[in-house]
Amino acid sequence: MADPYLIGEAMTGGYGGADILHSCTIAVEKGQIAVIVGPNGAGKSTAMKAVFGMLKLRAGHVKLDGEDITALSPQARVAKGMGFVPQTHNIFTSMTVEENLEMGAFIRRDDFADTMAQVYDLFPILKQKRLQPAGELSGGQRQQVAVGRALMTQPKVLMLDEPTAGVSPIVMDELFDRIIEVARTGISILMVEQNARQALEIADKGYVLVQGANRFTDTGKALLADPEVRRSFLGG
Amino acid sequence: MDILNALVAFANFVFVPALAYGAQLALGALGVTLIYGILRFSNFAHGDTMAFGTMVTILFTWWFQSLGISFGVLPTALLALPIGIAVTAAFALGTDRVIYRFYRKQKAAPVILVMVSLGVMFVMNGIVRLIIGVEDQNFADGGRFLISAGDFKTMTGLAEGLAIKGSQAVTVVTAFVVMGLLFWFLQKTRTGKSMRAFSDNEDLALLSGINPDRVVQVTWIIAAALATIAGVLYGLDKSFKPFVYFQLLLPIFAAAIVGGLGSPIGAIAGGFVIAFSEVMVTYAWKKVVTYIVPESMAPDGLVQLMSTDYKFAVSFAILILVLIFMPTGLFKGKSV
Repeated sequence: MADPYLIGEAMTGGYGGADILHSCTIAVEKGQIAVIVGPNGAGKSTAMKAVFGMLKLRAGHVKLDGEDITALSPQARVAKGMGFVPQTHNIFTSMTVEENLEMGAFIRRDDFADTMAQVYDLFPILKQKRLQPAGELSGGQRQQVAVGRALMTQPKVLMLDEPTAGVSPIVMDELFDRIIEVARTGISILMVEQNARQALEIADKGYVLVQGANRFTDTGKALLADPEVRRSFLGG
Repeated sequence: MDILNALVAFANFVFVPALAYGAQLALGALGVTLIYGILRFSNFAHGDTMAFGTMVTILFTWWFQSLGISFGVLPTALLALPIGIAVTAAFALGTDRVIYRFYRKQKAAPVILVMVSLGVMFVMNGIVRLIIGVEDQNFADGGRFLISAGDFKTMTGLAEGLAIKGSQAVTVVTAFVVMGLLFWFLQKTRTGKSMRAFSDNEDLALLSGINPDRVVQVTWIIAAALATIAGVLYGLDKSFKPFVYFQLLLPIFAAAIVGGLGSPIGAIAGGFVIAFSEVMVTYAWKKVVTYIVPESMAPDGLVQLMSTDYKFAVSFAILILVLIFMPTGLFKGKSV
């Protein structure tokens, strides 16, 4: 099989001081959903940030579509077609929903009206609230703004850091549905999730991290069926 | 009882002067609040940036006057203003390049940047005094009055006159035009929106590909323009004296904080709140009160709450009250 579309291979590094990641490998194929799960402090978000270039790697490399991008800054990776939705502070609270989307498209000099229409089709509630300051929206709606903002650059890979943190179960299901819809348009999705069971159900590929290293890697279904994974990480 | 004369006296001695002073403070506070919102520190050099810009404008005004160039009824200084803005903006960009950028790269704490701006303030202070001297400079020309007190009296037949100085009219009109342009820029243009985004959430702005260097440069240019305009309008209305501009820092900061640091609309509201409070607390109300109350109750004293020497105490008192009871200001800015 050819190289996956995006791969962080044998990544080792941390925020200075001790390493957090130990030869950790994360990859996602084109149009698929890859999910990183694991206990608290396993380095899930760190692995994601490493793939996006937000921390320095001591060893290993990141490749996008066969090209080595290990040395690129996060901004340069956005220009290469990667979108990132941070876990917190992921919207401009004082600006309207529409302005949030415009800022997402800041690096684009062409007409982005079509992309904005697509985002509004995906999240109809945002169209209704487009002139309202994003900070006045509910938790689930804010996450939609955050995802919508990242989609404005028309990324090829969308990286989500705990998109369902702090939203109600109903909203969570809806967000997962939307994420599947995004993946169907051919965008690869790499996400970190606390809600391991639901996330693995929609995942083509799942990574279970423990202490900054890969523990289990398989398809989402296989991980859900694995008795050891169930016992250790999914509560039986 | 003579409500009409009381109103005219009030307009003449309180409303019109406070409106002009408020507009000048609002422009100054807008510059402070923009720098705070984008560069995240309180720029103590803002008062002296105003003095610097005004000095440059005055020098060019004098040169224009010596060449015999005038602007009709409007002050010649308005012709020299664009040059003053350009020179001040260049100076601000240079200062940023040589000094502030160094500390930004180190991710210095805001309090360090405040101290740095204090140093810049002293240097600018010195430059201005070296070049133009410490004395009062008068550079106003053009029409003295839009309406003079005498004309008003003959027009209306009232005992009280209402004078509107040319400089006051110019101040208010210019200030509102500038504020309108600034809001249009911040709300409607791509660069303006990117500045608001940067002020709102710096990390996300960087993730969105907004160039921080460009945002910072545009901010300095706008702040320098606002400072120069505010300084020139203040100088036209009163007179230019470097030390007075240094002192203006207090009411300007009070205005920015009262309105809510980082909020442009707050800076404008704060400017007028501070100006009206200063003027109303230090005005001798004897005349207005005498018109309103029955003759037997006319006051003997001046009915002045505080001498004008204490006008900065008013700014201080409001500043402290706001910091205690509404730390984020009237328009929900950032808390200090």
